[in-house]
Amino acid sequence: MAFSSLNEFFAMGGHGLYVWGAWGITALLMLVIVWHARQERSQLLKSVKRRVRRQNAHSQSTQVPVNSAQRDVRNDA
Amino acid sequence: MSMHAPSGGLMVAVSATFKRDLTLLLRRRGEVLNPLVFFALVITLFPIGISPDPQLLAEIAPGLLWVAALLAALLSLDSLFRSDYDDGSLEQLLLAPQPLAALSLAKVAVHWLLTGLPLALMAPILGIMLALPAGSYLILALSLALGTASLSLIGAIGAALTVGLARGGVLLSLLVLPLYIPVLIFGAGAVQAAILGDGIAAHIAILGALLAISLMLAPWAIAASLRISING
Amino acid sequence: MWAFINKLRSPKWFYSISAKLQPWFWAAAALLLLVGTVWGLAFAPADYQQGNSFRIIYVHVPAAFLAQSIFVSMAISGLVFMVWKIKVADMAATVMAPLGAAMTFVALFSGAVWGVPTWGTWWMWDARLTSMLILLFLYLGVIALRGAFNSRDSGSRAASVLAMVGVINIPIIKYSVDWWYTLHQPASFTITGRSAMPMEMWAPLLIMVLGFYCFFIALTLMRTRSEILRRETNKRWVQELVEEVR
Repeated sequence: MAFSSLNEFFAMGGHGLYVWGAWGITALLMLVIVWHARQERSQLLKSVKRRVRRQNAHSQSTQVPVNSAQRDVRNDA
Repeated sequence: MSMHAPSGGLMVAVSATFKRDLTLLLRRRGEVLNPLVFFALVITLFPIGISPDPQLLAEIAPGLLWVAALLAALLSLDSLFRSDYDDGSLEQLLLAPQPLAALSLAKVAVHWLLTGLPLALMAPILGIMLALPAGSYLILALSLALGTASLSLIGAIGAALTVGLARGGVLLSLLVLPLYIPVLIFGAGAVQAAILGDGIAAHIAILGALLAISLMLAPWAIAASLRISING
Repeated sequence: MWAFINKLRSPKWFYSISAKLQPWFWAAAALLLLVGTVWGLAFAPADYQQGNSFRIIYVHVPAAFLAQSIFVSMAISGLVFMVWKIKVADMAATVMAPLGAAMTFVALFSGAVWGVPTWGTWWMWDARLTSMLILLFLYLGVIALRGAFNSRDSGSRAASVLAMVGVINIPIIKYSVDWWYTLHQPASFTITGRSAMPMEMWAPLLIMVLGFYCFFIALTLMRTRSEILRRETNKRWVQELVEEVR
């Protein structure tokens, strides 16, 4: 341990502001980067899910007319 | 027309491109003169903005002249491929059987001949106006002539990358300026060394080495960039 | 070899393999950064010249290392993308650029903060800080160029070419800036220029450097996976995969 007390540790021999400032901004930036990456991933997963749901709904709603059209054709024959 | 280029076809194509570009640029005199006028104007701004004191000006003259020449060369880059891109002749160049790298080298050579070389020849006159100490005028012109050749080659990569973009001008300077820094350091350093009476052989040798590297690698990067800009 | 490259071609394969690798790199990054932070901040001895302000080295140097390494990896990814047309390589290059710019910023910021107790000023045209500043401009150029194209493929290829041109220039820029610096400020004292460092000082530095690298790998894996989701939204396997995640 390079410091004898907690106060000394925070003071950093009078350079506390600089040392803690440099470390703090670095840590903050890295945390923001990780948070952004997580956010990005969950958003993308959500949007893919939404797209899948929309496509499923779309294919179900379009299936009916196709079937009825086929029935019509069969009736004509 | 045969599928295989006749022997000497490459040289013929390169010299034809060179002559064509030279003729076209010489017809548009404004485009050739603009960088030179810009260079003179920027150099005029500094004594007005800083001080007319010859001693102070003499101290900063090498850097000022080099930075202003670099910016003037940068200014002319945007038009390097622009008109050929607009009228479609760049696509013809891509379809030519000769390697695009060699043809683009001819275009860059014309650009240097009508931008870098005149800037280098003009710099000593502006040096007088900035009270540049005697004995460094020849080195100023020589370092600029060597350096602007590298600048044209490196700049052409940026110009080729941005030619297809509607507002490529500012982007071009963002891409190219960081790559210009080594040339600036050794170019301005050569003039400074000449003023101090130090040996300039090392600076000129490094400028030559930078030019050699650019000559070897830049044409390929220019060709690849032109392909991206046109096919994309 | 070819089988391996062909596997790499498939984003699906990358997606599944990276899922297995990712937790390990996150764990290693967290552990190394934690140990390095505690060791560097509390246990490493103070420098006899700079006192405790020297502890900034433990974020400045790893960030500077990483900033340069990321540019090199970005250029290599660009080369792989251009030569073998491996899309995953381009996706990785896309996500590397902002992280590299962020790391360059960290190196610049910590260097500027370090300058106050050392030089009494926030900015000195120190060789390392100057090259870092130029590197930041190179990163911004690559990011801006990629964004300027309407078609994603052209933007990817243009950014790859620029990254390769930049990576050839980085050593030249570094060398010329060092040369320029020694010419103009021979007497000045560089913040990290000392060669002999006792073990208690450089061991935490090594741990921090490794921690930063693990962080970079983990984040790149994670964001490349996101990039795959973004670009391959319409692919069947992505949609099936998302169904499973639910």
